[in-house]
Amino acid sequence: MIQHEWPLYEVFVRAKRGLNHVHVGSLRAADHEMALHHARDLYTRRNEGVSIWVVRSDDVVASGPDDKDAFFAPSGDKVYRHPTHYSIPDSVPHI
Amino acid sequence: MEGVMSEQTFTATIEKDQRIEPRDWMPDGYRKTMIRQIAQHAHSEIIGMQPEGAWITRAPSLRRKAILLAKVQDEAGHGLYLYSAAETLGADRGDLTRRLIEGRQKYSSIFNYPTLSFADVGVIGWLVDGAAICNQVPLCRSSYGPYARAMIRICKEESFHQRQGYELLMTMMRGTEAQREMVQDAVNRWWWPSLMMFGPPDAESPNTAQSMAWKIKRHTNDELRQRFVDMSVPQAEALGVTLPDPDLRWNDDRGHHDFGAIDWSELKRVISGDGPMNTERIANRRRADEEGAWVREAAAAHAGKRAAT
Ligand SMILES: [Fe+2]
Ligand SMILES: [Fe+2]
Repeated sequence: MIQHEWPLYEVFVRAKRGLNHVHVGSLRAADHEMALHHARDLYTRRNEGVSIWVVRSDDVVASGPDDKDAFFAPSGDKVYRHPTHYSIPDSVPHI
Repeated sequence: MEGVMSEQTFTATIEKDQRIEPRDWMPDGYRKTMIRQIAQHAHSEIIGMQPEGAWITRAPSLRRKAILLAKVQDEAGHGLYLYSAAETLGADRGDLTRRLIEGRQKYSSIFNYPTLSFADVGVIGWLVDGAAICNQVPLCRSSYGPYARAMIRICKEESFHQRQGYELLMTMMRGTEAQREMVQDAVNRWWWPSLMMFGPPDAESPNTAQSMAWKIKRHTNDELRQRFVDMSVPQAEALGVTLPDPDLRWNDDRGHHDFGAIDWSELKRVISGDGPMNTERIANRRRADEEGAWVREAAAAHAGKRAAT
């Protein structure tokens, strides 16, 4: 009987210093430590990273596609948040 | 009402050539097709470790052994990237493995052929990984985001696979007459099965139209097969081997190579379980799964204990 009792982990890799960790995929592991080792073997076989985060997938809280309007629509009509909203004469330098 | 909206959003996303992401609404058929395609692909990577894995202990030098180990390890990685993508669609990788072992899901027919000599390792890298690259490069633009991203990662690694194989063959071709014969023999055995890797001809591939509409697939089987033949001919020439097809020749009008008829009854036979190695491949996968069960259980028990203290 093949039953997976190992939980799913999401993996994030920092490609090099100065960059954010980026989500690269997931894996199964018995615990955090094993997840980290598996992530090293699976996602960084060729210098793809200098640092790894692993997070239990069921600990991730995410916005859903249905929340899209409630979450992201309000920012659409706030054009005054963008620098291009303000007209400044060309004669004014460095702005 | 909301269902209609969702369907419109899905169709519009595909039309704009944007990606579908895991939590988006998608038609049941899309989800099912995607899971089936990704699982079949994942199984192929995992079963694909066996034909070459068989040569790791017999590689002729430490360098070749290290290369082969790295390559087979990559294939394991490819399988895991893909199971990971399948899980974003609600599949469970333990369940997928079970389906593979019970013969309810398929893997690429190419891995049901035996690797008789070390030249097979080179020919697999050159032709089998070469055909895989032809298939996979367009899949980097597949409409399902996690699958497309896994394919990008995989394609980056496949180039090493093909080049190490071709270099191995070049080395053998510079060797003794016996070595050259081994290479030619391996090419003779792998050429036609490699062409079959692209699947049945378009006329007999009923799902192609829907998969193209959903942008799961970007080219038809016959288009990709032709591309592979055109790429392989000059490579074979440079290597000094003959591709085993008397009808293979350049067609100026088409701007492509013509090639002989493929024995589709062989593909059907091998897919339906009657290839030379089907039973052994699945038996090995089953054994690895069963013999590893106690390790998975022990690790889970250990983790449970540690979490409790
Ligand atoms: Fe692969
Ligand atoms: Fe490969």
